[in-house]
Order: sequence, then C-alpha cells, then structure tokens
Amino acid sequence: MMMNYFSPFVLPFVLGTFVLLGICVFKYIRWYMSFDRVQRSKVKKNILSLKFLPAIWEAILECLFHRKVFRRNLVLGYMHSSIAFGWFLLIVVGAIEAEVCINGSKPFWVAIFYRFFVHEHPTTTSIVFANIMDALLLIVLSGVMLAVIKMVYSKIVGMRRVTKHVLFDRFAKFSLWFIFPLRLLAESYTAAYYGNGGFMTQALGNLFAPIYHEYVEMALWTMYSICLAVFFVSMPFSRYMHIFTEVFLIFFRRMGVTEGDEPTGFTKYELSACSRCGICIDNCPMDKQLGVQGVQSVYLLRDVRYKRGTEEVANQCLMCQRCSSDCPVGLDLMTIRRQVRTKESALDASGNYSYADNIQAFNSVGRVLYFGGCMSHLTPGITESMIKIFEAVDQNYWYMDKNRTICCGRPLLQQGFLKQAKDLRLKNQSMIIKSKAKLLVTSCPICYQSFTKEYNLPIKVMHHTEYIAGLIKSGRLKLRKDDLKVVYHDPCELGRGCGIYDEPREVLKSVSNLVKAKDEKEKSLCCGFNLGSTMLTMEQQTKVRDAAVESLMYKNPDLIATACPMCKKAFNHATTLQVKDIAEIVAENIIDNGQLTMNN
Amino acid sequence: MRKFGFSISQTRSIDLDQIDFSCLNELREAVPTFMVCINCGACTATCSAQQFSDFNIRKIKTKLMQGQYEGLAKELEKCMLCGKCTLVCPREVNLRNSIVNMRRILTKKNK
Repeated sequence: MMMNYFSPFVLPFVLGTFVLLGICVFKYIRWYMSFDRVQRSKVKKNILSLKFLPAIWEAILECLFHRKVFRRNLVLGYMHSSIAFGWFLLIVVGAIEAEVCINGSKPFWVAIFYRFFVHEHPTTTSIVFANIMDALLLIVLSGVMLAVIKMVYSKIVGMRRVTKHVLFDRFAKFSLWFIFPLRLLAESYTAAYYGNGGFMTQALGNLFAPIYHEYVEMALWTMYSICLAVFFVSMPFSRYMHIFTEVFLIFFRRMGVTEGDEPTGFTKYELSACSRCGICIDNCPMDKQLGVQGVQSVYLLRDVRYKRGTEEVANQCLMCQRCSSDCPVGLDLMTIRRQVRTKESALDASGNYSYADNIQAFNSVGRVLYFGGCMSHLTPGITESMIKIFEAVDQNYWYMDKNRTICCGRPLLQQGFLKQAKDLRLKNQSMIIKSKAKLLVTSCPICYQSFTKEYNLPIKVMHHTEYIAGLIKSGRLKLRKDDLKVVYHDPCELGRGCGIYDEPREVLKSVSNLVKAKDEKEKSLCCGFNLGSTMLTMEQQTKVRDAAVESLMYKNPDLIATACPMCKKAFNHATTLQVKDIAEIVAENIIDNGQLTMNN
Repeated sequence: MRKFGFSISQTRSIDLDQIDFSCLNELREAVPTFMVCINCGACTATCSAQQFSDFNIRKIKTKLMQGQYEGLAKELEKCMLCGKCTLVCPREVNLRNSIVNMRRILTKKNK
C-alpha cells in the first residue's frame, strides 16, 4: 500500500521538510536557552496561565489574517494574507482532502502531491475538494501576482518604496514565487490526462491534453518538489524565518518577556520575526525628508542578524519611534537599536559625576515635585508658567532643578552610555525619594519617559499636560476660553513614546479652538531636534522640522502648541506663527480668584 | 576667601613642532562643523555640568586644538549629553556629536 504513494520526485520535498524542521527546532531551543534570567522567569511563571488564550487569538489575527497590514493598506494586506493564509489553507484543506478521500495509511507528502497520486474518476466529494483547492491556489497566485507588481510599482500597495533585499533574500523570494505557478502547471498537466482537476487546473489541462507526455508530467512535479525544497532549506536563513518566529514572539510577548539592555535569545526571536516588509521605511523621516537610505529599522535588524557592520547604521536615527508604531509585527525597534549603540566598557566607564553628590533634597512632604528638565532652562516661559499654575491652585511645590539640573539620563542611554545613564538615574532617584514628595510633575517628555520607564520610583509621575488636565477636571483651575485657532504638535517622546495623546488635547480644547494637523497622534511628524541622533547636521534637522511645520499648517492655525521644550525650540524660528507650550497658553488664560469676585 | 575663578597658572610652553594632531584630525573628519567654532563660550555658559563643577567645554576644545590630550577623556565623562550646548551654538557646531566622538577617539588613544 505504501509503495503506491511513492515516486522519486517527492524526495527533495521530504528532505527539505526535515531539514527545515530540524534547523527550526535547533534554533528555537538554542535561542530560548540564551534568554536571560528575568526573561526566563517570566516564561516559567506565565507558561501555564490564562495569558495563553489571547496569545492564540493574536497569533491567528496577525500571523494568518495580517490584521495590522490590512489596517495599513487593503491591497497590501490582501497580498500578504493571500499568500500566507492561502498557502496555509492549501496545506490544511489538502490534508483534509487526503484524509477524506483515501482510506488506510498514507505518507504525509500525499497531501501535497495529491493530484499526482490519486487519479480515480471524481466523486462528488472529490469534485468539491478539487474546486476548493483550485480556488485557494487562484487566491495565492493573485497574491504572488501582486507581489511581482509591487516589486516594480510599489504604489499599488500604498508603499512609497520597497526594501532593498540582499541577494540571498531575493533567491528565497523567487523560490517562493515559483512554487505556486509550478503547482498549477503540474496539477493541470496531470489533469490533462486523468481529468481529475478543478475549474482552473482542468481548463488549463484541456489545453495541455494534445501535448501530454508522461516524462513532462514527471519533470513538472519534480520541479515543483525541488522548488519547495529550495524554499524550505533557505527559509531559516532568510527573511522568511518570520513565518514561524512571529508565532513564538507573540506568545513570549504575552508572557511578559521584554527586551533588556543587552541582546539575548529573545532579541534573536525579534530579529528573525522581522519580515523585512519595509513598512518602517515609508514614513521614516530619514528617508522621506532626507533621502538617507539603508539606515531604517529593517536594514538595522537585517545587519544585526547577519552580523554586518552596524554602528554607522544605528547612529543614523532620530529615535522618533515612528517605525515602532508602524511595525506590523510590533517589534521593539528602539531597544534593539540602543543595544547596537551600546558603547564598549572602556568608553562607558562609570561617569565622572561626583560633582553632583552634595546636592541636598528639600523636605517636600505633601508637596508636588517639579522637574523642569535641562531643555526647559532654555525655554524659561514653560517653567515660569508652571510656577504660575502651581500658585494659582495654591499648590506647594519644590522646583527640584531650579538652579542646577542633573539630566534624567535618557540622552546618554539613547547614545548607548548605559552605565553613565544609570549613575545619573540613581542620583535623581535618591533625591526624589528623599524629598518625600507625593507627586512628580515634569515639563519635558524625554524626562517623563525616563521617569516612567527607566526609573523605579515609589511616587506617581505626571507630565505637566496630564497634571493640568487633572486640575481642570477637578475644577481647581478655572480657565478663560478664547477662539484662537490652535494646532497641537504631538512630541515623539510623549505621544508614541508614552501614549499620551488625549490629555494635551483636552487642555487645549478648554482654552482655545483646537484644529487638526495633517498628521496626528501616532502619525505625527518628528520636529527633527529629537535627542536620539547626534549625527544629523543642522541642515538635515531643519528639513525634518519644515515637514512637520507644513503638516501643522494644514488648517491655517493662529498658534502652534506643543508640550515639549525641544519641539518648541525647534519650531520657534521656523514660522511666523507663535509657538507656545501648553503650560504657557494655560497660564495666560487663568481666571484668578480676584477677577472672579470682580466679575460677580 | 572667595574664589573668583582666577588663579596663578604654572609656567608652561607648547612646542608647536612636536604637537600630535592625530586626535584633532580624526575629530575633524568625524565632525566637520567642529572647525567653525568661534570660541564664543555660549556652550560653556549654558552647560548643565558647568553649573556644578569646573567642567568647561571651551577649555577642552582649546586643549584639543593644541594637542594637549592629557586628562581630557576623564574630564569629558562629566558631560551629561543633554544637548543644550548644541542648541545654543550660534555657529551650529554639532557639539553632542563632537563630544561623543572626542570621547571615542581619546579613549582609543589612551588604551
């Protein structure tokens, strides 16, 4: 019985499958073994918890249906999911077909090469199956067709640019593309003689009928099998490793595993889960505004994975996080970039910060701790307005860095000086804890992200926009509303970095007439002065900034509002419009109690 | 006694023929804007580290131009890389990049 289902052409496919499985299992186990202690304890803690259920759902949505790709562009989503989900269904339905139509034991390759081995005249069931399989193959072929068109005309899927792949990736891609036309040809050719095809293969087969020859049939099936084998063997070393890896990544992420300071096995999972789709290139300011290519996250991850020179690539980035929010796989691109930027120990020696040792914390029990941040010292309007607001609501405060400021450490961290950044963090942290304040308010989104994500503080941290929004909501702060048209610029670090989009808008709505920018929230453009890059020249920064200003001018506002001293500085001379921080606008519109009584 | 920032310096001389310009040349290549500095000192005035200590980025620049590399790497570790200097510079010198590169070059030399 077994021998009926054997033909020499299946050998490449069978070998390829075993090689693929072997390499994948080997790699996945090895990567898991090199997780660090925190990551492994997370896995052990959560492996049997209920966190698995949403992970399964997410894996189905993302890996099969490609929900996030669909959200970006319908055609692009169709292209990806027709190939991925279509092929998945071809395999599953093929296996069901083999199970239903063949009695008794059979080797696993029969499901793949079913039409070659099963020739009997179609029964109703097998006709239905043949047509379903043909429909699925047609869907996959349409996806491949789109992919081919995308290579020369990427606008069809709404992309400005496609990734420039390395030679090996292209080789793997072509082997993938050839699988499906070869399958169509092989099945049609068999259908020409045996009449066991569906609507598409039979129609094509009838054309082949006059030129049918047994050897040609065998040759076609052999080519199909070899093509599968070539793809399988190249898969673990090419970008197509993302097919399986993304599933594992989703599960690990749901278990709470995150990237650490140093690359571990989890980083390997992330690197391999990148499909190099190039969505991150499309809106990258480095590419879109400056035309700098080859430095985007897709190229960085590829270079790290293949261990090529990466320092130059890693430094050419504003860290605006646009790619992270666009990434359909949700990779932690910023942390991976920081890992590459990490300086060697000789350069990242413990900082020489003993000068900041003797600063005393002010006993601020019951007070609000206000941290302006370095940059706010160059935009004194912001800090003065904050003080005015504190005084208007009779809030006792301690302006922690009024005269002398210790940096929060994030600029150093982003450039890869981890130890020095930690030195600064510890200094600030001990001051904050010693002050015994109940709340920390900061005016700088860079500091805010640092305090919330990198510090380990026992008190609540707020950005001043959150704080002001709270004051307005509780009625402590009374504001005058004017009908100035104001547009809000989302700072990268506050918006994409910390997910604060609504509070600033609420505050602005209560003092002015808020109008929309062309690109908002997750899609807002970087002001170009982000501290993430040291490499950009002033000319380049100005170009990035001008694009952001243009997007803000969409509805002809009277005033540009922002919530970051850095963005304010950047926009200040870029336009004839006034640029103000939210705190400044609020401070100007406070109705003080004296005025209230007069009006009454 | 109050310190006004003045003191008596030791007598010293720099032999212009013996200066080793290797670090400076390397820095020039990495950060071309470094050479357009006019020594105005705006960076030093705004510097956060300067508020606490005698860290002086203009002095470091001068020493580097004279090939006096000794102790500079350690001194540069006082920088917190906050970027205020770059923002205030009237000549648009990319100071953050200069500092990162100075540290890289000097650490390599000291090794």
